[in-house]
Amino acid sequence: MADNGVFGQNLFGNRNDSKNPHYYPVWRYFVALFVLVLACIYAAPNIYPPDFAIQIQTDNSDLKIGERFMTQAAEILVGEGIHVKGSDATGKGGLIRLGTDTDQLRAQTVLDKRLNPGGQDRQFVIALNLAPTTPAWLQNLGAQPMTLGLDLSGGIHFVLEVDMESAIAKALNDEAEKATDYLRKENIRYRASSNMVQENLVRIPFATDTTRDQALRRLRSTNDYDSIVASESQGSPVVEIGIGDDTRATIEDVAVEQNLTGLRSRINELGVAEPLVQRLGRSRIVIDLPGVQDSSEAKRLLDKFATLEFRLVAKPEDRPSSLEVMSYEGRTRRLQRANIVTGDSVINAIQGLDPETGLPQVNIELDSEGGERMNRATGPNIGHSMAIIFIEQKPVIARELIDDEIVEKRSIREERRLISVATIQAALGYRFRITGLSMSEARDLALLLRAGALAAPMYIVEERTVGASLGQENIDRGVQAVMIGFVSVLLFMLVYYKVFGLVANIALTMNLTVLIAVMSLLGATLTLPGIAGIVLTVGMAVDANVLIFSRIREELAKSVPSIAIQAGYGRAFLTILDANITTLLVALILLGIGSGPVAGFAVTLSIGILTSMFTAIFVSRGIVHLVYGRRQVQKVWI
Amino acid sequence: MTIDFMGKRTLAVMFSGVILVGSVVALTVLGVNRGLDFTGGALIEVGFSEPVEPAIVRGVLDDAGYANAVVQNFGSETDILIRVPPNKGASGTSNQSTLGDQISAELGAKIGKVELRRSEFVGPAVGDELTEDGGLALLAALGMIMVYIMFRFTGKFALGAVAALIHDVVITIGAFAAFQWTFNLPELAALLAVIGYSLNDTIVVSDRIRENFRSTRRGTSAEIINYSLNQTIGRTLVTSLTTLFVLVALLLVGGEQIAGFARALTIGVVIGTYSSIYVAATILLALQITRQDLAVPDKESADSVP
Repeated sequence: MADNGVFGQNLFGNRNDSKNPHYYPVWRYFVALFVLVLACIYAAPNIYPPDFAIQIQTDNSDLKIGERFMTQAAEILVGEGIHVKGSDATGKGGLIRLGTDTDQLRAQTVLDKRLNPGGQDRQFVIALNLAPTTPAWLQNLGAQPMTLGLDLSGGIHFVLEVDMESAIAKALNDEAEKATDYLRKENIRYRASSNMVQENLVRIPFATDTTRDQALRRLRSTNDYDSIVASESQGSPVVEIGIGDDTRATIEDVAVEQNLTGLRSRINELGVAEPLVQRLGRSRIVIDLPGVQDSSEAKRLLDKFATLEFRLVAKPEDRPSSLEVMSYEGRTRRLQRANIVTGDSVINAIQGLDPETGLPQVNIELDSEGGERMNRATGPNIGHSMAIIFIEQKPVIARELIDDEIVEKRSIREERRLISVATIQAALGYRFRITGLSMSEARDLALLLRAGALAAPMYIVEERTVGASLGQENIDRGVQAVMIGFVSVLLFMLVYYKVFGLVANIALTMNLTVLIAVMSLLGATLTLPGIAGIVLTVGMAVDANVLIFSRIREELAKSVPSIAIQAGYGRAFLTILDANITTLLVALILLGIGSGPVAGFAVTLSIGILTSMFTAIFVSRGIVHLVYGRRQVQKVWI
Repeated sequence: MTIDFMGKRTLAVMFSGVILVGSVVALTVLGVNRGLDFTGGALIEVGFSEPVEPAIVRGVLDDAGYANAVVQNFGSETDILIRVPPNKGASGTSNQSTLGDQISAELGAKIGKVELRRSEFVGPAVGDELTEDGGLALLAALGMIMVYIMFRFTGKFALGAVAALIHDVVITIGAFAAFQWTFNLPELAALLAVIGYSLNDTIVVSDRIRENFRSTRRGTSAEIINYSLNQTIGRTLVTSLTTLFVLVALLLVGGEQIAGFARALTIGVVIGTYSSIYVAATILLALQITRQDLAVPDKESADSVP
């Protein structure tokens, strides 16, 4: 069996101990003292209660939020009779500190009204926030309070599932388009078909085997496709294009990444102070919106997908297979299938009102490529008509009971609507406006175009909302539980182990301080189960000391105090190590499975185990040596 | 004073047996009352300004078409917890993720001023995954511990320790099944913490048993184990007591949301304390542990020489 005795001896620094039982290296005192000072500094920010604050931000680079702007904003609030504690420009935006949460809510309404007049296009995002009140000298040392989880701060937590099948289908459509574009350019005739993408394959039909084989050779020579083979489908020769696993994984990664980017900018529009948008596993995205209470507003933005397609209305020479029929104002219109541009090319979209008619409109700006395409398409077609299609997708989850199992059926409800058919008066460029939408549609469209399209639709699979008052209650109760537990352990140890109990209590207090300091330094999020982890650590952390003390008591029966103390620490060490490593293993498994509540608990528990080992070995031992180590003690109060 | 722990081990085996059988019966007959995290569905916690009878809330919800909702007081008379199981039947497009807003609006209109304190929605797929991951985590924890103890001690100790852990976990879940307490993610975390705690205890005891087997030349295995248990009992009880202090504090003042967690750990710590004394040691004896099992392969272990 492995024997780690040597390891234990080294850590205790008693290599030559049999000759001198009082040997204790001085550097250990310094390590303990150094850690104690650091812990006090980095735990300190958590003592200062945060101020209720209003955060002002803007995406518009023409508007600068500087000191003057913030002073003016603060003056507006003072004018309304709201007590302002202070205001600063923080670089990207500004922060106004207030006394109470009622003032905070009033200030938000007042500022929103004054800074975003008319309420149409919101130039400024005005969010509720909590501003840390850490003193400047602590901030300069990089000290900051722990972040509070949603169950303590209040807010909304979403988990969204990205629909990978749609992402793959979309990628296959792109492949089909690329292949047919190439064939057209090479003058190889394929048969038009409206559903080339089926069962994760692209099938391009041909009239004869000869053209199919010719197409296959040419497509293969491009080396652009993972797998491309000749086959038959519904009686006609086809070329089958498939995608490999690597490509599939890349498509999935890109879809999730693109959705993350899209979601981030959508959430910026929501005006949340410190949102968290993160990938979770392969196909999920987790979103935390601290401080947000109204989930319907958030949801409206999260899973919706809206975009535009610009197309030419059919011309007499167009082949019927390249046309699509849609209805507009009660009449059917025939449109070209090919898009001139889509919402992907939009770089800015601002909702407004038509100055002449007073109807809602969206002013659109295209990127250079989209602008050129628009120009090329409209230039030769002046006098002809252009159509704009508004597309809105909403994911729908329906559940059915099949054989007593609930089966989720997901589908996308897509709404396609022709919103405008207008005569092209002149060649269009990068900027133009579109009309024909209701006020709320115009607002959503502008927002969703601005925020960027999502690569694939998403479904909400988990949602948790915690009210602000419940969060505060959770904090208060948690702190109370920690205090009561802590004090009762302190009292018990003092009564049971007397002087050594006092030593253990100092170690325990330091353990709690180091634990909080490490969590603050790591930027770990404190959750309700996290508080439970702290409570548990307080209860279990004395264990190392208890192990040592009961050893010392035993050894005292056999030898003089100084040797008993030495032996107590030495022998208990391996036991402590074994016991803590196994607990740490369990904590790491918890970390592995857990997101959310379980992870919060696992993080505190793991850190707590490490800090309690440190304090038992360095702190309590140091103090005991300081008290008993340097003289011939006759009696030990234990 | 020396307590003859091992002399009473038949009694302990019977005691453990009865509780274990009880737990298994509770688990199979009643089953674990899985909470929202594992079943999926929706949960809404609302706070009224006045005390409200759950029956009244239930009436309002029945009228509004949530006949299958479970309504109960939560922590205080003014707080109500509503659980709506996942939608059954092809109810088309109803989206449970907006349920919180709908229900609190309904209650606000029919009963009086209400605050939406908490609203949770978990899709059934997520729930199933969590159940699976949770089970896997328990197994992984047990497996890894077994390997670690086999490496640090011997196979017999590993068997004893893992048996003690399974004993504790089954009884703790059994208690949850018997009393039909809701079992959610925090309770699963508590269960894993119970494993950690009980193991901690078992290792301390095993460590001492191993040490005494190596240093004592006289006595039967039962006598050595008994002697070791007497040496460690003080420490075992003190640590359990301090841990129970903080857990009881958490149970009493920590609030309803964390009560289940505290309850699981409290039961686990009590059972874990008992099992570290009886279960692991009894199994060591049943496996007929001898000095040869613990023979030191290299020089006499340095930790026995101060």
